[in-house]
Amino acid sequence: MRKRMRQMNLMYLPALCMVLLFVLYPLFRSVYTSLLNWNGYSPTKRFVGMENYLDLLTDKNFRLSFLNTLLYGFGSTFLQNVLGLAFALFLNTRFKGHKVVRTIVYMPVMISGLIMGYIMYFVVRNHGALNEILSWFGIAGMDWMGNGTVGRLIITLVNSWQFCGFCMVIYMAGLQGISQQYYEAAAIDGATSFTSFRYITLPLLIPAISSAVIVNLIGGLKLYDVVVSLSDGGPNYATSSLSYYINNRYFEAERAGYASAVGVVMFLFIMFCSIIMNRYFRRREVEM
Amino acid sequence: MKAREEKEKKAREEAHYYAGQKKGLWWKYLLAALIIFIYLMPLYVLLMQSLKSDTDISSAMSFPEVWYFDNYLSIIEDGTMLRAILNSAVVGVSTVLLEIVLACMAAYPLARNDSRFNGLVRTIFLGVMMIPPLTILVGVYTLLVGLGAINHRWGIVLTNVAFGLPMSTFLFTNFIRSIPRDLDEASVIDGASVMQTFFRVILPQLKPIVATVAILHGVSAWNEYAYSIYILQKPEMQTITLCIKKYFSSVRNDYGGAAAAAILAILPLVVVYLVLQDAFVQSQVDSAIK
Repeated sequence: MRKRMRQMNLMYLPALCMVLLFVLYPLFRSVYTSLLNWNGYSPTKRFVGMENYLDLLTDKNFRLSFLNTLLYGFGSTFLQNVLGLAFALFLNTRFKGHKVVRTIVYMPVMISGLIMGYIMYFVVRNHGALNEILSWFGIAGMDWMGNGTVGRLIITLVNSWQFCGFCMVIYMAGLQGISQQYYEAAAIDGATSFTSFRYITLPLLIPAISSAVIVNLIGGLKLYDVVVSLSDGGPNYATSSLSYYINNRYFEAERAGYASAVGVVMFLFIMFCSIIMNRYFRRREVEM
Repeated sequence: MKAREEKEKKAREEAHYYAGQKKGLWWKYLLAALIIFIYLMPLYVLLMQSLKSDTDISSAMSFPEVWYFDNYLSIIEDGTMLRAILNSAVVGVSTVLLEIVLACMAAYPLARNDSRFNGLVRTIFLGVMMIPPLTILVGVYTLLVGLGAINHRWGIVLTNVAFGLPMSTFLFTNFIRSIPRDLDEASVIDGASVMQTFFRVILPQLKPIVATVAILHGVSAWNEYAYSIYILQKPEMQTITLCIKKYFSSVRNDYGGAAAAAILAILPLVVVYLVLQDAFVQSQVDSAIK
């Protein structure tokens, strides 16, 4: 039997090797590179210790990218979950055609963020659809992506819009798992629809909320594709995210060491956020 | 007599109930229409743009002045788009096949053999799942350069597989755990080898989870951009996302052509999604709620 088990273990060797070679080893390589002053291809590398990390502290564009990443991460997580839950509750009332709405809202999740950004370009550009719709109501439009502050809000909105369907289907599945009996019992006790939402639906949805929030948060914190296609980080890094900044430093500025340092900080930050979130939700789960 | 009265009363009540529901329904349809509008409007604008010629200056929301199909014709004649779709299909299918083979093989011992060393292996897979691919861009890219993987399709396939494996191994492991161990033990008593047990007993039962992984990682391989752009630099290797990027960045004033390219790029996936939408939604839910 022991021999059989050992034989069996051979089966995970290929997968383990792939992961060790292409993920874990590059992670250590990145950490090491972050201690170097290196352009990414020349044979001369200079060991500089923590210099790259110290440079981060005074880099205005890094700070901007970091703050934008926070907005993309937490802003879209908030919007997606609130809207996704609202949509799920709405579709759960089962009117004729609710499935059509689900199909349409979920569709953008399938489309690449890069292409979605380009599609949205036709909506937010100067003579785009958004300005035209606003003009129907007599509101003057603007060059949405020309302004950094507005641009980063647009990116957050586009990302939330695109992945709202993801939250929606998670919450629809979660709602279906809640037994109707709880609501009937609450109705007999005279609960209003708000109180039964607050004290039955919400607590029982915690597992669904926890997965949706964590998946969205990680997705938002590593936002890249849509930034490239909607604004290409501009104007002047105003909409850059950390992922964008890593690419930019590595391939445009040819500062592989510095880009690695940004990557290490980003990795630690995302790790930190997901652990905190996991703990937070674990404590709020209820047993029924 | 009394029965008839009661029947009438019931019918009246029912009619009243339905009238009430109908009255309450209009806001639902209004809201549904608003949601549909918000979600379809960008696609509608894109479609209209793709059917307009360069000289057509009608506004974004209106139909073209003349329905113009040359944008599509010139893309099809040009051929780069079709080549890109083919490249994406090759990369996507190879990624999914390799990943499924490696993941279900890896999952079998991890689900069945709870030794302490296997616990460590499981922890490695779970931990690696937390690493966002772009954070280690420099490490991965310099490794790929060292391996000579730049400008080879296998470079992006292996990268995709490596980043997808932890998640799919995890899904397969959980699924195999739900298959009763008795089945394995019965085949052991019958004298089957490890491989025979795996192929004859376990593999046939994995269909639903294979579909889940294939959909999830097929879609993400099709949509992959961040690594492809640096690995597949030669024009003839371009996948669909890279091709679209080229259309939008080099021809900023050919809006019609770019829009038509975007329509062609999303069309294959959207059609597959519309046909298999329940499977798509289910796979997303299964992978998120563990």
